[in-house]
Amino acid sequence: MLLRLEPRGQRSRLWTYASPVLALALTVVTSAIIFAVLGKDPLQSLHVFLVSPLISATGLPELFVKAAPLILIGVGLSLGFRANVWNIGAEGQYTLGAIFAGGLALRFPEAPGLVLIPAMMVLGVLGGMSWAAIPAYLRVRWNANEILTSLMLTYVAQLLLIYLVTGPWRDPEGYGFPQTALFSSNATPPILVEATRVHLGVLVAFLVAIVGWIVLTRSVIGFQLRVLGQAPRAARFAGFSQDKLIWLSLMAGGGLAGLAGMFEVAGPIGQLTPAISPGYGFTAIIVAFLGRLHPIGVIFGGLILALSYLGGEAAQIDLGMPNAVTGIFQGVLLFFLLACDVLILYRLRGPKPSLAGGA
Amino acid sequence: MIGQAGGDTAIGARVPLLSLSGIVKQFPGCLANDRVDLTVLPGEIHALLGENGAGKSTLVKIIYGVLKPDQGEIHWQGQPVIVQNPNHARRLGIGMVFQHFSLFEALTVVENIALGLADAADRKGLHGRIAEISKAYGLHLDPDKAVHDLSVGERQRIEIVRCLLQKPKLLIMDEPTSVLTPQEVERLFETLRRLAHEGCAILYISHKLEEIRALCERATIMRLGKVVAHCDPRKETAKHLAELMIGTELKAASHHARSEANGGPRLAVKDLSLKSEQQFGTDLKAISFAVKGGEILGIGGIAGNGQAELMAALSGEMLAARPDTIAIDDIAVGRMGPRERRGLGSCFVPEERNGHGAVRDMSLSENAFLSGNVRQVLSRNGLINAGKTAGFAGDVIKSFDVRTTGPAAEARSLSGGNLQKFIVGREVKQSPKVLVVSQPTWGVDAGAATAIHQALIDLADKGAAVIVISQDLDEIFSLADRIAVIAEGKLSQAIPIAEASIEQIGLLMGGTQGTPAGPVGANSGARHAAPA
Amino acid sequence: MDQAIIVSFVLSVMTASTPLLLAATGELVTEKSGVLNLGVEGMMLVGAIVGFATTVHTGSAWLGVLAALFAGMAMALIFAILTLTFLANQVATGLALTIFGTGLSALVGSSYVGTAVEALPKVLFGQDALVYLSLLAVFAVAWFLRRSHRGLVLRAVGDSHDAAHAIGYPVILIRYAATLFGGAMCGLAGAYMSLAYSTSWAENMTAGRGWIALALVVFATWRPVWLLVGAYLFGGIMYGSLAIQAAGAINLFGYPLVVPSQLVSALPYLATIAVLVVISRDRVKIRLNAPACLGRPFHAAG
Repeated sequence: MLLRLEPRGQRSRLWTYASPVLALALTVVTSAIIFAVLGKDPLQSLHVFLVSPLISATGLPELFVKAAPLILIGVGLSLGFRANVWNIGAEGQYTLGAIFAGGLALRFPEAPGLVLIPAMMVLGVLGGMSWAAIPAYLRVRWNANEILTSLMLTYVAQLLLIYLVTGPWRDPEGYGFPQTALFSSNATPPILVEATRVHLGVLVAFLVAIVGWIVLTRSVIGFQLRVLGQAPRAARFAGFSQDKLIWLSLMAGGGLAGLAGMFEVAGPIGQLTPAISPGYGFTAIIVAFLGRLHPIGVIFGGLILALSYLGGEAAQIDLGMPNAVTGIFQGVLLFFLLACDVLILYRLRGPKPSLAGGA
Repeated sequence: MIGQAGGDTAIGARVPLLSLSGIVKQFPGCLANDRVDLTVLPGEIHALLGENGAGKSTLVKIIYGVLKPDQGEIHWQGQPVIVQNPNHARRLGIGMVFQHFSLFEALTVVENIALGLADAADRKGLHGRIAEISKAYGLHLDPDKAVHDLSVGERQRIEIVRCLLQKPKLLIMDEPTSVLTPQEVERLFETLRRLAHEGCAILYISHKLEEIRALCERATIMRLGKVVAHCDPRKETAKHLAELMIGTELKAASHHARSEANGGPRLAVKDLSLKSEQQFGTDLKAISFAVKGGEILGIGGIAGNGQAELMAALSGEMLAARPDTIAIDDIAVGRMGPRERRGLGSCFVPEERNGHGAVRDMSLSENAFLSGNVRQVLSRNGLINAGKTAGFAGDVIKSFDVRTTGPAAEARSLSGGNLQKFIVGREVKQSPKVLVVSQPTWGVDAGAATAIHQALIDLADKGAAVIVISQDLDEIFSLADRIAVIAEGKLSQAIPIAEASIEQIGLLMGGTQGTPAGPVGANSGARHAAPA
Repeated sequence: MDQAIIVSFVLSVMTASTPLLLAATGELVTEKSGVLNLGVEGMMLVGAIVGFATTVHTGSAWLGVLAALFAGMAMALIFAILTLTFLANQVATGLALTIFGTGLSALVGSSYVGTAVEALPKVLFGQDALVYLSLLAVFAVAWFLRRSHRGLVLRAVGDSHDAAHAIGYPVILIRYAATLFGGAMCGLAGAYMSLAYSTSWAENMTAGRGWIALALVVFATWRPVWLLVGAYLFGGIMYGSLAIQAAGAINLFGYPLVVPSQLVSALPYLATIAVLVVISRDRVKIRLNAPACLGRPFHAAG
């Protein structure tokens, strides 16, 4: 290899924070190049993609609305990833949360909002947690890899949703479309800021991030999660129960994903359809990494990736490009982030002066 | 007494197969080989005897081409030679079976051996040749069986067959019997004797005296990097071999005379048997001992004889089969985890500071919380009391003179000695009733080591029961009131330090005393050549 | 009448199963070397659009197939550089590859929606060459892994990369090769989707087949011949669920049984979880089946 990676011997603090910034910069440059290749003016396209969603009238509030589910899920994932528990199935847990909460909303449309909304929140959390309990149990009891099990379950969840909205829960007055009836206004979380779509879920997301921060940095449980991820032998020495922490990680991730699902279907979407998530559960993984697995960092990561969603929509309208641009931006951002992260642990050096060859 | 074995032919008539002269190898801070001479005759079974750190592994790595000597010469079959690398060694006719061999679990015997043979020509007819060799030497192996299905003894045979395929003239075996059952040891010996009979020399590295006396014709004994003796082990007593191995100039016991410990035992272990979790681990077999308050018990032994498993069983990282197997102040704790045991007054310092006793990337404060939470009450309602934790950490730093910028410093920024002082201090400052430490001063500078030793003595003086597991006999002799030896997972009777003799300890470490209940002193010399 | 239906059924299942088989065979080799590449879906989609676009512009479906193969390799190369040289987390990188690939293919494909091409020519029994290639590939890979020395080395690298390195094998290089092979096969699978299975392009046209292929490798416990069984089983289920959806109910011994087609579609995933549990519960057993170093980055010590 032309360049060599030399271990630093310790984590570079500078690069832990600089890496995401560098990755973002590289992603912007790459996006500009892609726009150019597609025959669009790069600077104008970047403006449409990254800036216009922020300055339009509904721009900033929409950013928060879009970021809410990403932050909720991201916080849960960041705690689990810290403990080396890889919950890749947040998308499925989100779906189950939406199903549980949506089911309640459809069953009791007339119940007073003050009772119904909190109940839906609880059910959303329960739905997500129950779906995450499966990989947790399989891991703790049978040593089954949670990456594969949680991933498989996302597809089962999606199929369950499709079954419900095309079958038993289909809106009889929906002209045969696969969707449920719209949720009643009692089941819709209150809007917090007038003339926007900023709903209760946005506030909850920020509160969850703060609570997550406290838990991770100041609580005993958070400490246990961190030790488990960094030094499993030391965790054992300290008497921390690995099984308990695995359950906790998956329950937290699942519960928060389920809550995000509840807020999305009750709020912006207003009903259950087959398409209740543009991949939030997977994007939240990027959010967690971008935020350095820290709940406060997740807020920033969530906002940036929310911007990529809005930018994709704007690009579709203003530039006539498919909003697949969102996926490209997100994928490229994660690529660059993973590449730049190597600088945290290693230095780049020129080729080794002859001597014995080696990896 | 010392000199070449007189037995068969005169020295001059046989050209030595391997001859090392004046080998020197220096590592930073350690002279591993200090002008070592070694001669191995063709077809001879030659023992290389010594404790940990005697320099045996280094010497053998030089012979096998893994390391190059700083000074000295190697002659192979009468010709001077520089062994470039293991491939070269194998071409010369030197084979080596390592102590910790790594095989591919999911692959078969044939496949594992084939992987070690880069040349396609070497792999022709491999299946048949393996069957042939295993039959010829009584090393029964089914070539198509997957490695994970094999016992450790059978796995070792793969390594031996792999060596034999290349028709070696010298076979080096590094501590081969540490993972074998007595029956497997016998079979191995038969194979080795046959090989020697056919002209293949064996260089047998071990610290097990009875085995060496049973198997080997000549022995070279090393201590602290130097060769201290050559002899014919068959003509020596185990006692004498132990003496040579450990050296009779041990520092006189320098521990403080302590007021007689009284009262019942603070830590009592009864019949502790445990299966090891490691592949190359040692199972514990019916270990029993008791330690009173105010007393320091030293547990000595060569590395890899069950110390790690014993530590895990005492700390609660591995649970015993029955609760009453381990008792702290008469409370049965065998099935309790580390946190509960700390609550009952027991603290622990594991062998490995990095990643086990402390977390490198965390601050000293956080590391203090790691084990100090229970006894020092460093949290409330599930939240860490940061101030109190930092205070505790600062306390430890000050009392133990830990050179660091403060409780916020990351553990990785400390030198080994300072980190060890911190870890020991963290446990001592919790005023435990029982303290178990493993390798307290390994890799630690002299100043820190002295401070740690003093801390342990002071703790005992305050009435705690202290157990020191160590491979360093000098350390045990300077600290302990009583000493027991762990070998092959069994623990000997604990005897007062004043009554312990070096030969006795050496014999115990060499695994020659059989059952732990054997009366002290009665057996030396009465053992026969049957393997342990 | 019955024979025609059975033949048509078998042919349809073969068509449905071939992309699964191609992608899974590639991923199996990758995983056997110890690398977990979750980007299968992304690589397939990029292969599909590149193959399609090339065919549109050159008029030759075979050039399209070839282009798809290289496109898949290129995607895999990005993954390999990040995970093998930069030591990035394999799970995150694989996901990034899928998200990126999905987006890239949609972007490039946007101008090809609605275009149609001529399908790959059928060669035997109404199936095109890629179907037979997929079968050949499975047996070739099975032979390679079981009987060739290079295949043995690959398996060794996946079982214990440290031991393989100690013997002197170039672990990283071998993993690069295995990963690129996986990418090439996924590219071919994608090409099959856009040039044979359907002869047009639609965004996200693989519809999760990449994830099923991943599941397939686990279901087959990393053994090529079981991959064949699994692919046809899963393919049959996929085809069957479409048929059930159309029919509304299945007749079981004369009793109409309303089975939601989604439940049938979920079977491959549930079956995979079941298999995973069975092979994982014994720590010794899992070592035999799953490559022990799967997903773990390799650092040459010192």
